[in-house]
Amino acid sequence: MAGPDVMFPEEQQQITTVCQRLHRDANAKAVLLIGRDGQAIAEAGDVEDLDVTSLSSLTAGNVAATGGISKILREKDFTSQFHEGEKVHVHITLVGGRAILVVLFDERSSLGLVRLRVKKSSEEMARIFDAVSTKAQSKSQPSILTEITDKDIDNLFND
Amino acid sequence: MSFINYSSREINCKLVYYGPGLCGKTTNLHYIYAKTSPEAKGKMISLATETERTLFFDFLPLSLGEIRGFKTRFHLYTVPGQVFYDASRKLILKGVDGMVFVVDSQIERMEANIESLDNLRINLAEQGYDLDKLPYVVQYNKRDLPNVAPIEQLRDLLNPTRVPDFEASATTGVGVFDTLKAVAKAVLRELQRGAGQ
Repeated sequence: MAGPDVMFPEEQQQITTVCQRLHRDANAKAVLLIGRDGQAIAEAGDVEDLDVTSLSSLTAGNVAATGGISKILREKDFTSQFHEGEKVHVHITLVGGRAILVVLFDERSSLGLVRLRVKKSSEEMARIFDAVSTKAQSKSQPSILTEITDKDIDNLFND
Repeated sequence: MSFINYSSREINCKLVYYGPGLCGKTTNLHYIYAKTSPEAKGKMISLATETERTLFFDFLPLSLGEIRGFKTRFHLYTVPGQVFYDASRKLILKGVDGMVFVVDSQIERMEANIESLDNLRINLAEQGYDLDKLPYVVQYNKRDLPNVAPIEQLRDLLNPTRVPDFEASATTGVGVFDTLKAVAKAVLRELQRGAGQ
């Protein structure tokens, strides 16, 4: 199994900046970046009223189910999905096979504009992920995991 | 797969409750949800059929406190237990960090338990995991019912490798948190061990 997925402050800042730019350029309501296993990575826009944790888990489930369908149909992957609502629409894309980019938008934007902006942003994000992977593998950053002692773990579970 | 965010200082891990249909996986999560303080939990999601059977998964995000200034967040998932939902079950296993196998202790469910455990091994192997190498605990549920098999028999059949195991009655909560703590602890130890290599 590969090592755990990580995100460092520098790259987190870069990813958040890309999300903010996408939110602005696509005229979106909100932008979320989610790990394929359902953990929220970054967000931008109107997210105060959103249950980001639930949305992340359900989106990852949705993407996993779609991936299952593509396998049955012998299709490589369905890289994007679109859910059309009455007021809000959802555009979902896979970024570099590692993360899921979700754009929520309404009548102030259009699917065409969102698609166009998502394409550029996901390329930038994929590059940032590559940088994170390189950094994580080079072990230039000390891992919190090596600092954790047995006592720390025991203390966490003391009633 | 665990996700460590050095920016928000969080360690995120994924736990999956597996087991035959109606063994009490969802009941475990309901009990944990009911007994956890509001600030430690997120919303519980159940993707269920009209008859309350799990269709895709249940999901419960839980914070278990801090280690060295990092919040430990566990995402608890259940799989649908019914045999024909196998394709969905496989998807939930992706990225798993720790497993709980929930046994239905009733004598008449032995075959279903064995079948589900075999199915777990096969589905994990398909995702590139080996159950014997994953943080893994077993819960013998429904111990409050009259027609249950003796623990030793269950152990021999369903826990031959003798991973940590717990007697439970998920409806009343007996053993539920012991199980959760044991698997969460095992996951953190595995992360610690992996990083030390």
